[in-house]
Parts: sequence; C-alpha cells; structure tokens
Amino acid sequence: MREFTEIWSYLATAPLTWLAATLAAYVAGDAAFRAAGRRPAVNPVLVAAALLAALLWATGTPYADYFEGAQFVHFLLGPATVALAVPLWQQRAVVRRAALPLAAALAAGSATAVLTALGLAAALGASPATLAALAPKSATAPVAIGIAERLGGSPTLTAVLVILTGIIGAVAVTPLFNALGLRDWRARGFATGVAAHGIGTARAFQVNDTAGSFAGLGMAMNAVLTAVLAPLALALFG
Amino acid sequence: MIPALAILLLAQLAGETLVRALSLPLPGPVAGLVLLTLVFLARPRLAEAVRPVAQAILAHLALLFVPAGTGVVGHLDRLGAEALPILAALVVSTLAALVAGAAAFVLVARATGAGDA
Repeated sequence: MREFTEIWSYLATAPLTWLAATLAAYVAGDAAFRAAGRRPAVNPVLVAAALLAALLWATGTPYADYFEGAQFVHFLLGPATVALAVPLWQQRAVVRRAALPLAAALAAGSATAVLTALGLAAALGASPATLAALAPKSATAPVAIGIAERLGGSPTLTAVLVILTGIIGAVAVTPLFNALGLRDWRARGFATGVAAHGIGTARAFQVNDTAGSFAGLGMAMNAVLTAVLAPLALALFG
Repeated sequence: MIPALAILLLAQLAGETLVRALSLPLPGPVAGLVLLTLVFLARPRLAEAVRPVAQAILAHLALLFVPAGTGVVGHLDRLGAEALPILAALVVSTLAALVAGAAAFVLVARATGAGDA
C-alpha cells in the first residue's frame, strides 16, 4: 500500500477533493442549523465556512487551490441571481396591488442600508477597500459579490459581510418590530427582505407566510436597486 | 430541467452582453434577472417551465456562497483591525434599514388606502 502522504499530494490539489469538501461542509452546517432548532444565529453557511477554513489551515492548503474545486459551486451564483425572476414574476399581482407602498419601502430601506453603513464606517475610519465590500451588504450574496467585484471590493470579504448582515437582521427583526408595535406582516416581511436578503427571508417564513413571501419580493427587488445605489453611494463616501 | 437551465444561462448571457454594450453599472446577472422577468410577463408559459428548476436552485442558495465565505481566512487581519467600524456599520445600518423600510410601507399604505393586512 502506498504512503498516505503520496496519495495526499494528489488529493490536496485535485478539484474533486475541495468540491466534495464544500458540499460535505454545507451538509454538516445545515445539520447543525436543524439541530439548533433553526436559530438564525447558527447559520449553515457560517458553520460550513468555519469548518472549511479550519480544514484549509490544518492541511496548509492555499485558498487558490481550494477555489479550483469550489469554483463549480461559486459559478452557480450567476444563474441563481437570474432565477430570482421566478419569485418576482409569481408575485406580480401583489406588486400591482401594493405598488406605491412597496416602492416607498424599497427606496427607504435600500438607501438607508447603503448610506448608514458607508457613513458610519467611513466616520469610524474604515479603509476604502472595506467600504467597497460594505456597500452592497444588504443585497443577496450573488448580487452583492457581483457588485463588490465591479467596485474593486473583495468578493470574499463581501460574502462574509453579507452573511453577518443577514444574521443580524434575522436575530433582531422579530423583537424590534414587536417593540415598535408594527403589525402589518407585509411591511415587516418586505423590510426584512430588503435589509437582510435570503437569511432574513428564511426567518420571515418561520414567523408568518405573508411576511415570508413579501420578504422574498423585497430581496429580489433590492438586488436590482442596490446594484444601482451602491456605486453612487460609494462615490459619495469613497 | 435542461431547457430551464439553458433559459437561465441564456438570460445571464444576454444580461452580461447588455451591461457591456451599454456600460451599465450593474452586474450582468442582475440585468439578466430584469430581462427574464420582462420575458416572463410577455410569455407566462415560459415562467411555468423554468419554475421548478429555479425553485430548486433558490432553495439551496445558501450553499452557493460557501466558497466565497470560506475566503474569510484571507481577511482575518482586516476583520481584526477594522472590527469596530465594520460591526457598528453592520448592526446600525441593518436595524435602521428594517425600521425605515417597514415605516415607509405602513405610512404610504395608509396614505394611499392600500389597507392593512
């Protein structure tokens, strides 16, 4: 039998290894999420990324080698963004009925997210590269990564900031709106989708179905608006 | 499944082409999302054909950002050095955006008579 180190030298650079590890880590992260009663703080992506980061560190594997395999998953971000056309189309009747409140909520939520994040981070001395990664953080990850790449921000840092934003939103949303006495599930859900994308949407579906479908709508609409707003706002603070 | 995937990829390709042709400040897939929504409104049967595959992809959206998320290993220095501005910006802006969005919805719904849910 061959030495394991000899076999490892093949495995460490084979795309298959890292593609398999990515899927396995996600399955483990999802299992942890379910075991924790689907609490938003135990985010499957965060668990999976932590497991993989630990594995890369322990085996001394450069991120570039890992990405050779993981790129097949990463590539699907583009088609997944396009696929948001389906929920948007399905909600067309809702959009028509509540067009004005939706437009107002989208503009207010999206602009507030981008401007307060950049204004506060700039005032506290964040670097230009951090600001570029921060600008699109309320948009859904595939879109935010695409925006950050165009703005000269790091796609990987953006991914982490997007996930943290989603977790903060998902943890805070129910206590926040209850404390404010806000009872309209459409308003609660839509604002959650705009501010905290897919992670917030998943949380909204747990609380109320109407809130969930409005959150999905907010996520899809804010994907488009953030793509327009983020470059403009960054020019203001950058 | 393959025709639906082909439609998604073609819409993305059309988006990428449009963005480059007009020098738009949008990621190509976002332009593809807008184009495909317009196509669906004109051809509802196409939307029904794409729906199962789109829902399957969106149900596992979280998996797709694991590779980028793992890249956090390369940013631990920055996250440590700029922890305060980053965390403050994330927490404050997310809470402010939630309140601004929901308040704008409720106020405009009341003003336009779109009613309560």
